[in-house]
Amino acid sequence: MEPSTAAPAARQTATAPVLEAHELRKRYGDREALAGVSLAAARGERVAVIGPNGAGKTTLLSILAGIQAPDSGHVSRVPREVGWVPQQVALYGKLTVAENLRLFARLERCADVERAVERMLAQTGLEGRAGDQVATLSGGNRQRLNVAIGLLAEPPVLLLDEPSAALDPRQRDRLWEFVLAAGEAGTTVIYSTHNVAEAERYAHQVVVLADGERLFAGSPRELEGVVEASDQDFEAAFVSFLRQRGH
Amino acid sequence: MRWLLQKDLRILRRSPLLLALLALYPIVIAVLIGFALSRGPDEPEVAFLNQVPESANVISLGEEEVDASRYAETLFEAVDPVRVSSREEAIEKVRDGDVLGALVIPPDITQKLEQGLEPATVEVFYNAEDPAKQAFVESTIESQVADANAALTERFSEVAVEYIDLLVKGGELPFLGQTLDVLGLERSEQILARARSDLPAGSPARDDLEEVIDFSRLARENLDLSDEVLGSVGRPIQVDTTVIEGGTTPLSAFAVAIAVSVSLMFVTLLLAAGMLALEREENVFRRLVRGLVSRTGLLVEKAGLAAACAFVLAMAMLAGLALFVDLDWGRFPLWAAGIASSAVAFGAMGVAIGALAREVRAASLLAFMLSLPIAFLALVPSGAVSSALFEVIKVVSALFPFKPTLDAMDAALNDAGDIALPLLHLAALALAFGALGRFGLRRFA
Repeated sequence: MEPSTAAPAARQTATAPVLEAHELRKRYGDREALAGVSLAAARGERVAVIGPNGAGKTTLLSILAGIQAPDSGHVSRVPREVGWVPQQVALYGKLTVAENLRLFARLERCADVERAVERMLAQTGLEGRAGDQVATLSGGNRQRLNVAIGLLAEPPVLLLDEPSAALDPRQRDRLWEFVLAAGEAGTTVIYSTHNVAEAERYAHQVVVLADGERLFAGSPRELEGVVEASDQDFEAAFVSFLRQRGH
Repeated sequence: MRWLLQKDLRILRRSPLLLALLALYPIVIAVLIGFALSRGPDEPEVAFLNQVPESANVISLGEEEVDASRYAETLFEAVDPVRVSSREEAIEKVRDGDVLGALVIPPDITQKLEQGLEPATVEVFYNAEDPAKQAFVESTIESQVADANAALTERFSEVAVEYIDLLVKGGELPFLGQTLDVLGLERSEQILARARSDLPAGSPARDDLEEVIDFSRLARENLDLSDEVLGSVGRPIQVDTTVIEGGTTPLSAFAVAIAVSVSLMFVTLLLAAGMLALEREENVFRRLVRGLVSRTGLLVEKAGLAAACAFVLAMAMLAGLALFVDLDWGRFPLWAAGIASSAVAFGAMGVAIGALAREVRAASLLAFMLSLPIAFLALVPSGAVSSALFEVIKVVSALFPFKPTLDAMDAALNDAGDIALPLLHLAALALAFGALGRFGLRRFA
């Protein structure tokens, strides 16, 4: 399937949220990493979390994934109901592609392990490499497998922490093709990214964070509307928005 | 946890270097230690020059003749003699490194021994460029010369005792082809007593004879003790050994206990620390602890896997060593208990190291760097350092599993004390290091 190049339609606000986070707060010593951030995502919605370095993107995704506990606030789903794909590939290099999938399918207690493995091999297009050790795969293949493991248990929500970092454009396209397919199947995808074009291109909703605060939540078009920059591209509009808000 | 164990075993199987190390380690160590224990140390090669003519080997001590060459054999019990023909050749061989030292027996040694006017001297040459070699040769030759001295002194004492016995009891003494009749103190005393009884009462000579008889009796009684005195001179110090504390484990059996303990420590620490740190290095740790595996479960799995591998390795090592050293297979259940408890304690320490170091290389380095001083401290004997320092060493050793492992293995292999206490100690350490590892995992991700 070809990734969509047109901006996605705005989410259906009438749909009941699949994941909600309320007033999440997190401090690291004196530094406030998250200052009361809330977020809601509907079924099949793709949410991009963007912002400058140190904005709190990874902290927010870690809390949503259950890796870290917030100091205060609440997440509507327990970690086992959420698929999580870390920024760095989290796979066993000495195991083969199929062995990695099989191991995590078993740990996820998938009802039919072999079927889950075959499904993911098919979706990632790695059937031909199933017997190869992960250490021999290219960065793009590894990242697709990394995402596939997050989807093994068919979670309603998939969290991706900067999934396309360190991938070349062709690998990025193939990765998004895979992620969008999961979204088409009804999985809600929440991803953080430094690549603002990826937010504009693939997200129904954009959440802008800066210094731990949520500055904006809405569609990419709505963000452009906020800065009244119809003549600017999305990236320029985003930078203008941050400037307007003092960041 | 079963799937994680399976995964780790698969990863181990795909690490040929590590696998070869695990398989070869017990074999190599067992063979090396076995050879070392069963062969014993080689005798050092020492150049030997005996300048005493064969005809002068016999020393005459009165009527007794002592063959001095018989006592020279004592010198060769701990060295491998290399016969040379001259003093210069002996020195040359030492200088060239062909032999560790040289022993030269001068031609006048038996003459000096016979006359007893000045001590007989032997010459020793050795190369002092290596202090360890110098100390070894010095102590070996000196101890052998001391043994030869003791044997000769004992023989001389026996001859002296025979002469004193003749003086006391009287008898025949062969001298210059004739036989002399020696009266002896006993018979002298009897003759004098008879002469005194023949004198009239009140004779002044009676008192004089009384004094001579008293002296004769006193001399006889004291000379009767001389054989014991000379016996003491011949062997002035005897050794009576009593073990006050600790077992009576032979050195070879104790070496087996040390070898097994050291191997258990290295293998378990490195495996447990490395495999836990690998979970973080592969970035998988956070994925696992998101409800797939508990942190404690992960620690138990790593410590258990390392302990199981080390258990198999230690058992293989003992089986190999049993070919060289006499081990009591009837105590097998105690071996298994000792090895299993030790492996678990080291496994717990390994995961604590892995959790604190967080990286495979750092964890391996830390495990290795900790192992050496821990083993070294546990092997320091009491008396080798000041008592205060020894107390500190005892406390430090008690904080790590090596010392209780050594005690447990010594007890299990050699029946050296109660095994229950070291096993309890190991269990306590396993819990403590497990808790430390669990604490370390809080900042592991």
